[in-house]
Amino acid sequence: MRFALSEDQTLLQDSVNRTLADLVPLERVRRFADGDQATAPDIWAGLADLGLPGLMIPEEHGGLGLGMVEAALAAEALGRVTAPTPFLGSGVLAPLALTLAGTAEQRARWLPKLASGEATAGAAISEGVAGARDGAGVTAGSGRLNGKALFALDAASADLLIVGDRAGGLNLALTASRTQPMPGIDATRPLWELTFEDAPAQALASNMALERLRDAAWIVLAADTLGAAQGMLDKAVAYAKERKQFGRTIGSFQAVKHLCAEMAAELEPARALVWYAAYAFDHVPEEAALMAAHAKAHTSEIGRFIARTATEVHGGVGMTDLLGLHYAFKRIGQNRQLLGGPERVREIAARLQGLAA
Amino acid sequence: MDLTLTPELAAFRDEVRTFLAAHEGEHEGGAPKDPKAWQKTLIAHGYAARTIPKAYGGYGAQPDILKSRIIAEEFIAASAPRGMSGQGIAMLVPTLLEVGSEEQKTRWIPPTLSGEILWCQGYSEPGAGSDLANLQTRAVEDGDDFVISGSKIWTSTAMQAQMMFCLVRTEPLAAKHEGISYLLFPMSTPGIEVRPLKTMTGQAEFNEVFFTDVRVPKANVVGGRGRGWFVANTTLKHERGMLGDPNATEARLKALAEVMTTERVDGERIIDNPIFRDRLMQLQARVLSMKFNGLRTLTDDTAGLARMIVKLQGCELNHQLAALAIDALGELGILYQDGPHLRAKGRWQWNYMFDLGLIIGGGTAQIQKNIISERGLGMPREPKVVEA
Repeated sequence: MRFALSEDQTLLQDSVNRTLADLVPLERVRRFADGDQATAPDIWAGLADLGLPGLMIPEEHGGLGLGMVEAALAAEALGRVTAPTPFLGSGVLAPLALTLAGTAEQRARWLPKLASGEATAGAAISEGVAGARDGAGVTAGSGRLNGKALFALDAASADLLIVGDRAGGLNLALTASRTQPMPGIDATRPLWELTFEDAPAQALASNMALERLRDAAWIVLAADTLGAAQGMLDKAVAYAKERKQFGRTIGSFQAVKHLCAEMAAELEPARALVWYAAYAFDHVPEEAALMAAHAKAHTSEIGRFIARTATEVHGGVGMTDLLGLHYAFKRIGQNRQLLGGPERVREIAARLQGLAA
Repeated sequence: MDLTLTPELAAFRDEVRTFLAAHEGEHEGGAPKDPKAWQKTLIAHGYAARTIPKAYGGYGAQPDILKSRIIAEEFIAASAPRGMSGQGIAMLVPTLLEVGSEEQKTRWIPPTLSGEILWCQGYSEPGAGSDLANLQTRAVEDGDDFVISGSKIWTSTAMQAQMMFCLVRTEPLAAKHEGISYLLFPMSTPGIEVRPLKTMTGQAEFNEVFFTDVRVPKANVVGGRGRGWFVANTTLKHERGMLGDPNATEARLKALAEVMTTERVDGERIIDNPIFRDRLMQLQARVLSMKFNGLRTLTDDTAGLARMIVKLQGCELNHQLAALAIDALGELGILYQDGPHLRAKGRWQWNYMFDLGLIIGGGTAQIQKNIISERGLGMPREPKVVEA
């Protein structure tokens, strides 16, 4: 038994971090957030050199065939630099949906293209996980989809879409009838409103697939928040060691250093929880859903604390656009609400243990 | 990440379970019926004093953190009491093993492990709390003896203990950290007076100890004269490992969930109230985080920071669990003394008060934050005040 990253996992983490440092400097994040492009194909192509788009895709279909722990490590690295990528939709949810519930033909057609990064996929599962708002909901029948899906992930110029329906099923569509932006706080990961009007689609087979997709999404969002929060803490500590007031570095004041200690004390155990949730997703099926829920809800809480505290340690400059700290602040804010805020997710955690009706 | 047990460890788990099933009748309500006999049985099977050499009365196994973890898990699952704890076993014994003389080890470790000798710790003083190295209790050389005068405070079990391990200033002219020695002596030595220190719980969990010309042989110094600060730091390391132990936190969560699923208000279970349910789920996530953090500290070389935060986070979490239990009990949560409606002997209120002492003691939460930020995050120390 070893509760630690393996040598391969550490290598993966290091190489993703190194690649992202080159590919996604703050300037690149800013250009994406301020620009009018909905995707950053250069970044996804750069990550394809590491095999990231096919991380979870079986080797027989051209992927790396790795598991959720590796996906969580990748998500943490992406969150740390607030990288604009379709990792959640294209790298995790679509491959998982196809592997769990796709036909041999669907897998053979799509998985190799997703693995190489040649094609990307979006996912619209919000209504079935976070609940339906504003009359949204998709009805599937006779090979057609009708209705609206809100908060769709990575749907811009996607080659295929995984779409949840009102009956809890999953469908594969090539395109929506209309794709409209839902501009939110986090400009590094745009969200979409999809409208289907008799749009052709194929139903995916397994009924339990939506729960697995939900758990996977929760773990990836939790890991993304973990990374974004770690990035903010690192910046706060570095700033506090540099900035001088009253003739001292502000990091020597206990009022400031204790804030940093509190952030670290919240972050470290959350890391262990995210690792375990990812491990359970692959190896401990009876605990997988509960751990994913706790990882999602708990990182949302400590993420909010770290986002505001790290900003505060920076003083006024933390509020400005200058340091780009706000990209992580907003990413953490978006991850918190996306696919269920902590209260909703904890209610599901209670239900999973028979503690709620 | 690989959390599967090797066949050897799986077999070890079965062995512990078999032991616990066979000895079920020897404890009741989480306490042994005969503490000394239970301690003897546990040592004989390697479930207490596991890695302490046989020559000193232990079981003599090689250290194996995973086996220790399995023992802890199985004892919790069976609600079976662990071996004796207390400051002698938890702190003095590891210290003697590291820095004691052969004579000291042979003389003191076996009767401490068996429960024949109970120890108390004389560290803190009225003027030396967080700044422990400022301690002023003096030990003046006189022939083959030291003569001690001064006082200690926050001394647990001083009324029951036969022996004390104590920090005293033997070299008044040396620098603050270099003038201290670590001394062992019987509590029956003439000139020692113990006064119970009643706390907010209504009980006296601590004492004050006063020394008036207490004569102790120089041979009772552990680890060398003037080396007491460094010897004590060995011991403090063991204490911090004990405070915030995630196994104890997990057991407390289990008891809290029991309260919330069995207690009823107007016929409705507490857990059916969505606000209480949400609070329980928030704390469950924290308990799980600390449990996995604990597993990580056992097996991950990169877990330095993860280790440093255990005392701070664990003690705070225990306090929050007690607070939620009190809130969940509503008006019943007020009850504290024996009476027909009292729940769990009033232990939730007792824990809520006493745990504040654990947040403060063994290095306050604020001292912990200094350690985390300075040693863990590499932040600068507060500049020293220049004394006039």
